[in-house]
Order: sequence, then structure tokens, then C-alpha cells
Amino acid sequence: MPWKFDANSPIYLQIMDELKLKIAKGELNPGDKVPAVRELAIIAGVNPNTMQKALSELEREGVLYSQRTSGRFVAELGNGQADIRQGIYKQYMDTFVRGMRELGFANDDIIKILEKYFNEEE
Amino acid sequence: MNYLVDITGVRKAYGKNAVVFDGLGLKINAGKIIGLLGPNGSGKTTLIKLLAGLLKEDTGTILIDGKQVGPESKAVVSYLPERTYFNEGLKVKQLINMFKDFYADFDETRAYEMMSLLNIDTNTVLKKLSKGNKEKVQLIMVMSRRAKLYLLDEPIAGVDPAARDYILQTILTNYDKEASIIISTHLIQDIENILDDVIFIKQGQIVAYNSADALRQDKGQSIDEIFREVFRC
Repeated sequence: MPWKFDANSPIYLQIMDELKLKIAKGELNPGDKVPAVRELAIIAGVNPNTMQKALSELEREGVLYSQRTSGRFVAELGNGQADIRQGIYKQYMDTFVRGMRELGFANDDIIKILEKYFNEEE
Repeated sequence: MNYLVDITGVRKAYGKNAVVFDGLGLKINAGKIIGLLGPNGSGKTTLIKLLAGLLKEDTGTILIDGKQVGPESKAVVSYLPERTYFNEGLKVKQLINMFKDFYADFDETRAYEMMSLLNIDTNTVLKKLSKGNKEKVQLIMVMSRRAKLYLLDEPIAGVDPAARDYILQTILTNYDKEASIIISTHLIQDIENILDDVIFIKQGQIVAYNSADALRQDKGQSIDEIFREVFRC
């Protein structure tokens, strides 16, 4: 199944986010080998050049590193992994809080609603 | 640097009044998957036929891999026409043999592999295949060549979404960094994820030629939406 993309923003950025998400979730761990560009492009259903660009950018950011003969790997990120997680959860929070504010809830209300939600979940 | 496709000052008219191109210029690098996008009658098929050598420009020059369009350029161009042109009485196997004889760059093993992945019995006569399978066989033939330029004229029109996915995957799997693929279509949504660059063509004029991701970034819209805006009637 090709990955799902939002057609309104550059695909290489979305691929970068998707791979970072996999790292944040622990689906990809430091030292793991990343599949070859072509293979990953076919899995994702995107152009190999786009995949190449996404992986090179991740390399530039230090999230991946490549070893000349054996391929690309997830880097030892140390605090970096936490940073990635923080980046992603901030995105989630932004969306959530913006949505709640649009519905007219103040900060206090949002906290109460969250507490109530967690209680009901149990 | 040499372009894979280099078109300068091309004029093409059908008869006296129907001028399709006048002063057309276009340069395309190797290693790209390019969407040729435009409404009906904008000149997409004419452009592809000029590149394939099925039509001759009135004036101007067209170079493919540095060669004038002719037998030499045809040896490096693999063309998928809008309509099927195969003799329907042939078996798939015979078609493969024919391609092998015609094109030095035809990879027979690859063709058989792809046919078997699709469970197409190569002893079947073409006319007994379903419409979708016929389209897939055609595409397999075209993509089994190791060409430098692939011209795909509406490769996904008229097939179901599953066949469409198959076709796009076949294009990606066979794509090679040295070659370029030009895909003409008006079904933009279905193919936009696999494109490097897009060419918008309107009444014989190139109105935009840009990287797909750059366009999305600039406009915050999908290629499909940008297309609808550019070509709003």
C-alpha cells in the first residue's frame, strides 16, 4: 500500500516527517538500516528522486547517516530522539489546542475536558 | 550540458488554420519523471508524436539525446500511444518476440517476469485479454525496453484504480536514473505523487515548467488544484 500524502505540501517533507515519526515511535531504532532509495520509493509510491531528496535532507539533519558501501542507517541520536518526539507532539498539540479554541474553550476548560476524557477512558 | 530533449522554435500546424505550436521551446534533462498536463486539445499528443517521430515539425529543431528525430532517435525512445496499435491476433509471446527483433534494448526476461507477476499466460491471444490487461501488456512492452526516453500518452485512462496502481508501480519499478519518462494525462490526482516535474501546456504554449514539490511549496496546493486554477474556463 502506498503511503498517504497530503497533496498540498511537498512530498519530500512529508516523507521526512513520516520517517521521523517511525523513529519517535521506536519502529526504527538507532543503527537500523534504512531500505535502499528505490525500494523505499516503490513502497511509498513516490518518485525515487523525491525519496532521495528526503533521505539526503535527513542525513543533513543528522537523523540518518550513510556508510559508503553498506547503505543508510538511523543515527545514534541521543537527545536528538527526544527532540524529534518533541517536534511531533508539538504538532499534535497545536492541532488539538487550535481546534478546541475554535470551539470556544478556554485553557482551563481544555484541561478539564482532557481529565474527564482520561477518566472515562478508564 | 546536453539535454535529453531539446526543442527550439518548433512550429506545427495541421493544414493552414490549425496551428498547434508556433515557436515552441522545451528542454528536458535525463533522470526525471515529468507530467505533461493540459486540457484536451492543448497539444499534448501532438508534442508526444513529434518526439516519437510520428509527426514532423514544419520548422524548428527537435533533438533527442543529441540526435535529430529519425531512426537513430527512435532506437532510444519507447512510446506508448493513446490507443493500442498491436495486431490483436498475436499471442503475447509472439508480441514479445517481435519486440525483441525490433528493439536492441528490449529486455525479454523482464517482460516475461512482469507478465507472470500478472498471471498473464503468454500463449493468450491479445484480443482475448480484458481491457485492463491489454493496457498492462502494452505498458509492460514499452517499459521492458532500456530506452532513454519513455513517452506515455494517457497510460492510466480507462483502467480501474487497482490497475492504475499497478501501472504506476510498474513505471516506478522500471524507472532508471539515466532515462526520463514523459507522462501525458489529465488524471493528475492519480499520478502527481510520482512526478519530479510538471509541464502545464495550454493552447500550444508551455505556461509552467517546474518541480512538483516546488509548486506545492509555493502555492500550498496540490498539482491538481493548481492545474484547475491555471486552466479555469
